[in-house]
Amino acid sequence: MINVSHISKNYGNTRAVQDISFKVKQGEVLGFLGPNGAGKSTTIRMLTCFIPADTGSARIAGYDVKTHSIEIRRQIGYLPENNPLYMDMGVLEYLYFAAGMRAIPPGKHKDAVRRVVERCGLGPMAARTIGEISKGYRQRLGLAQALIHDPALLILDEPTIGLDPHQIIGMRNLIREIGREKTVVLSSHILPEVAATCDRVLIMNNGRIVGSGTPAELSAMARGGQEILVSIRAQQDSIETVLESLPFITAFKHVDECDGLHCYSLRAANNDDINERIFHAVVQNGWSLTELQRKTINLEEVFVDLTTSEAT
Amino acid sequence: MNSTGVIFRKELKSYFNSPIAYIVILAFLGVTHWLFFRTFFLANQSNLRPFFSLLPWIFLFLGPAITMRAWAEEKKLGTIEVLMTFPVREREAVLGKFLAAFLFLIITLCLTISLPLTVVFIGHPDPGPIWGGYLGACLLGGCYLAIGLFASSLTENQIVAFILAIVLCFALLVIGEDFVLFSMPAALVPICTYLGLGAHFESIGRGVIDLRDIIYYLSIISFFLFLNQLALESRKWRP
Repeated sequence: MINVSHISKNYGNTRAVQDISFKVKQGEVLGFLGPNGAGKSTTIRMLTCFIPADTGSARIAGYDVKTHSIEIRRQIGYLPENNPLYMDMGVLEYLYFAAGMRAIPPGKHKDAVRRVVERCGLGPMAARTIGEISKGYRQRLGLAQALIHDPALLILDEPTIGLDPHQIIGMRNLIREIGREKTVVLSSHILPEVAATCDRVLIMNNGRIVGSGTPAELSAMARGGQEILVSIRAQQDSIETVLESLPFITAFKHVDECDGLHCYSLRAANNDDINERIFHAVVQNGWSLTELQRKTINLEEVFVDLTTSEAT
Repeated sequence: MNSTGVIFRKELKSYFNSPIAYIVILAFLGVTHWLFFRTFFLANQSNLRPFFSLLPWIFLFLGPAITMRAWAEEKKLGTIEVLMTFPVREREAVLGKFLAAFLFLIITLCLTISLPLTVVFIGHPDPGPIWGGYLGACLLGGCYLAIGLFASSLTENQIVAFILAIVLCFALLVIGEDFVLFSMPAALVPICTYLGLGAHFESIGRGVIDLRDIIYYLSIISFFLFLNQLALESRKWRP
């Protein structure tokens, strides 16, 4: 659906986006994650043909953004950052305007508007002016605008920014629901949001992609593997000799000792039967195992790891 | 072209949705009627000459007032990003906004109908200059609106857009005036006379509809609408 190769964008001397490449498959929900100013919005604006890339190329649905911007814009639904709206327009009036701009045949405007009003739960606000409705409803209206022509690709820049926790949950559910049938690209600087809504995450920092993968893969990627906590009853030095000899353990640390029970934090390469292997090693040496816990490193740690190592 | 129509309708609606439109119309009508009737009965001539000779100066404020928010507000609110990521070309958007402003101007001009009616009721004016005057007013107003739209596309501040538009319109209006021509090198005089907005307006206002004048006005309008389009496209230029 989207194929971006080596695009860069400078604003004067500021390098907003530097040489990034990625692909998005049909039906995938991709999240851009990164601190403010990482280049997420710039990347999104290049995809939506609002601004061109300085170098590199991007293709969406088979069209090149440079040469076929109109065709691409026809296929995209876009909710820009901060959800700009015409405050003096009516809610329905705005949706009819969007329907017209999306070149929906006039006879079908009514159906299109009714469909998005229903889908985004805008019914109670239909008769209001945009300036009068709450921020949560405005965000829904922005999303309704992006969905009016039933686009194959939906691009949402910070869709939950400035909403209260209730509204955020509502918005996320809506996005997840839409993501079942459409390709969605969204950006956020909030981790749980991306983890909750996306199939795949690209972490951006200083205009570069510094990490990518599914939320689960990214957790595993942090510090190169997974962390396992074990408690073994045995002699400390004999445990350590054995641990050193095990090839799948990359590092270990003695965490605690209590009544001859030694607690270790192990770092291991990604492996599905890692628990089993550790168990066998313990049995072979005739020790007793009282605890074996696989600790998943959460996305926050990966994020901080990836975005701070880049900065230093 | 469909997008032009959609933008045209939206813009026209938004003019009449906001109180500014009514204030502008009322102010315009008040000022024109006052200035016209102040001397009309003294001069004892049944024509609209005084009205049409005032128009270029009154339009200097009306035109920019109509167009100042057209692009400046889109930029300020950020809605320009929504608008320009719809499948619409810059020139279609510019044309839609221009046509809406133009129709608004024509509606405003239609409301001055009381002036020709009074004149016709009281005396027997020559209809040529009246029709010519209104045609000239539309064309001149069109130029001011095109300039105003261009000024609005350069800034996100409506006041700046308003003042910049007045300055540009004023410059183009006085460039052909005798007072300015007097201080010019002789070589530039014919060019400036031709470029000045006022001279063409006067000749149409006499009831002489010359194709050259009409072409002149249409060129000025096209030129500034084109600049407007470039200003919108400038976001895509390399720094």
